[in-house]
Amino acid sequence: MRKTSVLAVLALLGVFLLGIPGLGMAQDVVKLGAFLPMTGGVAAYGDMEWSGIQIAHDMEPTVLGKKIDVVLVDTKSDKIEAANAVSLLVEKEKVAGILGEAISGNSMAGNPISEAAKIPSVSPTATNPLVTQGKMFAFRACFIDPFQGEVAARFAWNELKAKTAALIIDQAQDYCVGLANYFEKEFVKLGGKIVSKTYIQTGDQDFSAQLSAVQAAKPDIIYAPNYYTEDALLAKQARDLGIKLPILTGDGAQDETLIKVGGASVENMYFTGHFHKQAATTERAREYIKRYEEKYKKEAGAFDALGADAYFLMVDAIKRAGSTDGAKIREALADTKNFQGVSGTITMGEGGNPIKSMVINKVEGGKFVYVTTVNP
Amino acid sequence: MDLTIFLQQLINGISLGSLYGLVAIGYTMVYGILRLINFAHGDLLMFAAYVAIYSIALFSLPWYISFPVAILATGLMGILLDRAAYKPLRNAPRISLLISAIGASFLLENLAVVIIGGVPKAFPRPPLFDKVIVFMGLHVQVLTIYTPLVTLILLAGLLYIIFKTKVGKAMRAASKDFETTRLMGINLDRIIAVTFLLGSSLAAAGGIMWAMKYPQVNPFMGIFPGIKAFVAAVLGGIGNIIGAVIGGFVLGLGEILIVAFVPELAQYRDAFAFVILILVLLFRPTGIMGEPMTN
Repeated sequence: MRKTSVLAVLALLGVFLLGIPGLGMAQDVVKLGAFLPMTGGVAAYGDMEWSGIQIAHDMEPTVLGKKIDVVLVDTKSDKIEAANAVSLLVEKEKVAGILGEAISGNSMAGNPISEAAKIPSVSPTATNPLVTQGKMFAFRACFIDPFQGEVAARFAWNELKAKTAALIIDQAQDYCVGLANYFEKEFVKLGGKIVSKTYIQTGDQDFSAQLSAVQAAKPDIIYAPNYYTEDALLAKQARDLGIKLPILTGDGAQDETLIKVGGASVENMYFTGHFHKQAATTERAREYIKRYEEKYKKEAGAFDALGADAYFLMVDAIKRAGSTDGAKIREALADTKNFQGVSGTITMGEGGNPIKSMVINKVEGGKFVYVTTVNP
Repeated sequence: MDLTIFLQQLINGISLGSLYGLVAIGYTMVYGILRLINFAHGDLLMFAAYVAIYSIALFSLPWYISFPVAILATGLMGILLDRAAYKPLRNAPRISLLISAIGASFLLENLAVVIIGGVPKAFPRPPLFDKVIVFMGLHVQVLTIYTPLVTLILLAGLLYIIFKTKVGKAMRAASKDFETTRLMGINLDRIIAVTFLLGSSLAAAGGIMWAMKYPQVNPFMGIFPGIKAFVAAVLGGIGNIIGAVIGGFVLGLGEILIVAFVPELAQYRDAFAFVILILVLLFRPTGIMGEPMTN
């Protein structure tokens, strides 16, 4: 009598355990890893990209008939932590693919580790060319900086009618240094002149000295291709110092924190960016924007959309590869053609860099407003 | 460089220097009395900024109520910090206290990350502090005028407390010798609590001024001012309150002027602070206002 009841309990327990995914049927889960900056200087990107990945996961929760499980590791916006995060995902979590990091410097710190382990990675928004250069397994969902810098320079020259420009560069970020160089090259080629070049550093809060030096050089525009944290304070201090020049920047500044902190100071700031919901064309984008805005009660932006695209690209590749083998996923990723993503149509070009269009946005009335689209 | 730009840079330097000085006063006072380098000083600054944000944003208090609330809350936080992290180590070697201080600093930062999150918040600058005065082509943000004033008023107040009141006398006694102070019938724990209350309130005042000038508050915002204030305090002679303010001005002006005169050196701006620190430690270890070692 007693024995049977014990058996019955065990049997029940067994059924119960089997019913819980990940416990009884560990082999039926596809594990992906995400390494993103959830805290630190660029925490807002991590936050947005993770929210985008979650919406994407809601839209496509399974692949090859298995549930997808995304493990998140915080990189604290730091290069060393980023490398540690990838090691953890590769060695401990044994993920099939990696999403991240949000910024170039941290992706460059993490990618060599996933490369060595032959695990494919897709960065949502790391735009520096070096992120994928010379790597077999590193991909991204965004355009790259030579294109971005070129478009920015042409926009400054043609639309803003600038003949001279001042560069304010965050020298601690590969992204900012790279983008400033591409801008300079194209701007000078067009006949423009760089009249001042000053440097700041991630984490700096006072830019008054640099800004007064820029003021002395009397440029037509300021090109400050930095992240939103620095650009918000920079714009604020520029207006406090009476500098009314237009400020042009890159995709890295386009986060709502910029507007929250910068307030009126960031009005009329121009961006070269990845996405604006007004420019969204694909069916997937419509579905995504609807779900995103329902869940988070705010406008879908560039970083969350790219986070979602990184996830969709990876899942699409696993589907076409028909396997979770690193080398097969890699082949499928490299073969991506006319993929209808959230941020537009993506075709994977040379060396893991997509060929896709770019939007130009500006801040107007405390909002990111769509200006125009530039095709490659 | 023309005169206007030079004067503008001078104003930028005074503005930054007075902020460093303001944060350094509390830092150096706690050191002067307890011989403790309170590494959590910068994090108290962050704490004050968050309290001010929340009391303005959530309870829609006007700034003249929310700022004192933030200062008081930070003062109490300072006492709590002493009770939790420093009091149990009162008789331990100094190095244990130092390590405890670093631990307390990390704890506060990460607690803020867990509770509030790492995304920076905007500090609502009250309209009174949001004006720019244009004068002969110079742009002066009103905070540039208020900050040195606040620094000097708080400096005077602190000097009064330390040198003219009974509590101050007890604090000075404690700075010489804990044991003897106790033997004189002074409640040492109370005096240390007062020291932390004052030091943390000063950190809070610095935090609020800092957050108004650079209106972006995040859990790690205290690290940078903390380090710079530490350099300013050492430069002025650690433990010397007037020295801390002078050190702050020297550091702020130096940082700005080096960029002003040699813009190519802007990337070495932070290095400048530490080069100064090393030079001071090498040639005048007791700082500008410190007594000579032989004394």
